[in-house]
Amino acid sequence: MAVLLIAEVSGGTLAVDATAKALTAAKAMGDVTVLCASAGCGGAAEAAAKLDGVSKVLCADDAAYGHDLAEPLADLVVGMAGDYSHIVAPATATAKNVMPRIAALLDAMVISDVTAVVDADTFERPIYAGNAIQTVKSADATKVLTVRTATFDAAGEGGSASVESIAAAANSGISEWVEDKVAASDRPELTSAGIVVSGGRGVGSEDDFKMIETLADKLGAAVGASRAAVDSGYAPNDWQVGQTGKVVAPELYVAVGISGAIQHLAGMKDSKVIVAINKDEEAPIFQVADYGLVADLFDAVPELLEKL
Amino acid sequence: MKVLVPVKRVIDYNVKVRVKADGSGVDLANVKMSMNPFDEIAVEAAIRLKEAGQVDEIVVVSVGVAKAQETLRTALAMGADRAILVEATDDVHTDIEPLAVAKVLKALVEEEQPGLVICGKQAIDNDMNATGQMLSALLGWSQATFASELAIEGESATVTREVDGGLQTIKVKMPAVVTVDLRLNEPRYASLPNIMKAKKKPLDTKTPSDLGVDVTPRLSVVTTTEPAARAAGVKVGSVDELVLKLKDEAGVI
Repeated sequence: MAVLLIAEVSGGTLAVDATAKALTAAKAMGDVTVLCASAGCGGAAEAAAKLDGVSKVLCADDAAYGHDLAEPLADLVVGMAGDYSHIVAPATATAKNVMPRIAALLDAMVISDVTAVVDADTFERPIYAGNAIQTVKSADATKVLTVRTATFDAAGEGGSASVESIAAAANSGISEWVEDKVAASDRPELTSAGIVVSGGRGVGSEDDFKMIETLADKLGAAVGASRAAVDSGYAPNDWQVGQTGKVVAPELYVAVGISGAIQHLAGMKDSKVIVAINKDEEAPIFQVADYGLVADLFDAVPELLEKL
Repeated sequence: MKVLVPVKRVIDYNVKVRVKADGSGVDLANVKMSMNPFDEIAVEAAIRLKEAGQVDEIVVVSVGVAKAQETLRTALAMGADRAILVEATDDVHTDIEPLAVAKVLKALVEEEQPGLVICGKQAIDNDMNATGQMLSALLGWSQATFASELAIEGESATVTREVDGGLQTIKVKMPAVVTVDLRLNEPRYASLPNIMKAKKKPLDTKTPSDLGVDVTPRLSVVTTTEPAARAAGVKVGSVDELVLKLKDEAGVI
């Protein structure tokens, strides 16, 4: 079995954590070739070559791949798909955009958010916002799938794969990039952070959400939010943890003022240690918390800040 | 311009999903079904374009069981003009895969010649997040997924997308497939007079074979199980105790 792993490359830099976790899943399916496609992706390709278990790295360096547009990347991958039994990517926004397009062009059904590899044809994935786990077996000649990174450990370093440059595919030019509005932050990235501090509707306002951010900064953590907090305008959408947001599995997850709707739990229940602070002792979040503190967050968080 | 909006009948998002004990799937018998919430946002987006004078007809499509016509009537009551039901199964437990749905929609696009297709970004039952991208691929159209802003200007659409870490704005050539995210709009409720009027709006019924499409699934479901339960931990009495436990017992800070 030959597997093509599409590396997550952002601004010419390899997203090591996401790619290394997807690599662990990909290795269970066969021999792994990594594709880095971006504008100026030489550095990313070198970084990917160092990951343990990579046989070869292909580098498609072209301006067409600089902004993660689906159409040119799909055309590139489809052109080389004949050499592979599996096409795999970490389930990032970029991959969710492009992988179904690749699958359709190959007349295959995409398998999204794989959480376990049973064998080379059979995969587990969550459905109904994580309320059920489905095991599916694919009959397609080429398996196209995205991997939910939170459930796989990152592959280590120590590899020394060769890097080969490949030509870009023709660009249809039917879509073009205009601008990115990415929040600049010194905090760790949400999906790979060791600690995540999240706030929910209980935080009550955008101003009070600053308290969650202060606690996160004290712990060197990323900031998350529940869907309710995002919908109420307390936090930006890219902080959303849950089935429709990001799925995280840090060492420590601190849920403040979050009731624990199933859609939120789906995004964080694989965390190693979960702390919940909520004044409602019946809140469902306590059913998954290792340590629950029934308290008013406006008392508990300042005290916690003082004592950490 | 004509707009096509696919809508899916799914278990209502407020209903607690029950996995069948024999592992054969999720129990959908006698469960409240509704329009997929992301599809409501897609219908609303189409209606707003019509209200702004940029669209003159909204055709809604559903691919599934006969009862999906209820979902189509809801879309008609919101403000869509015409509906097409593609009856692809008579078993509510059979989920038509996104690839098959995309092929059905492609055939309908070729018949109807819309200038734009607006879809929900994913259905809350299979959570596959694929139909819009697949349709775009099969048609050779441009795609703009996870839209939180949408503006049509002549031969192109400018779309702001929800991506990891923030927002991305792209410009796509029309015709295009746009899939919508939560923050694009808040869908309206259908008023009673509009619900009555919707009953008289045209609803055509077709089958996949009328359209020359094979909807045989590519993925066979081996089993469906409950997710592993996480054991509940302990309640701590104070912030001091919490800090102590995190330092000494869990060793995470």
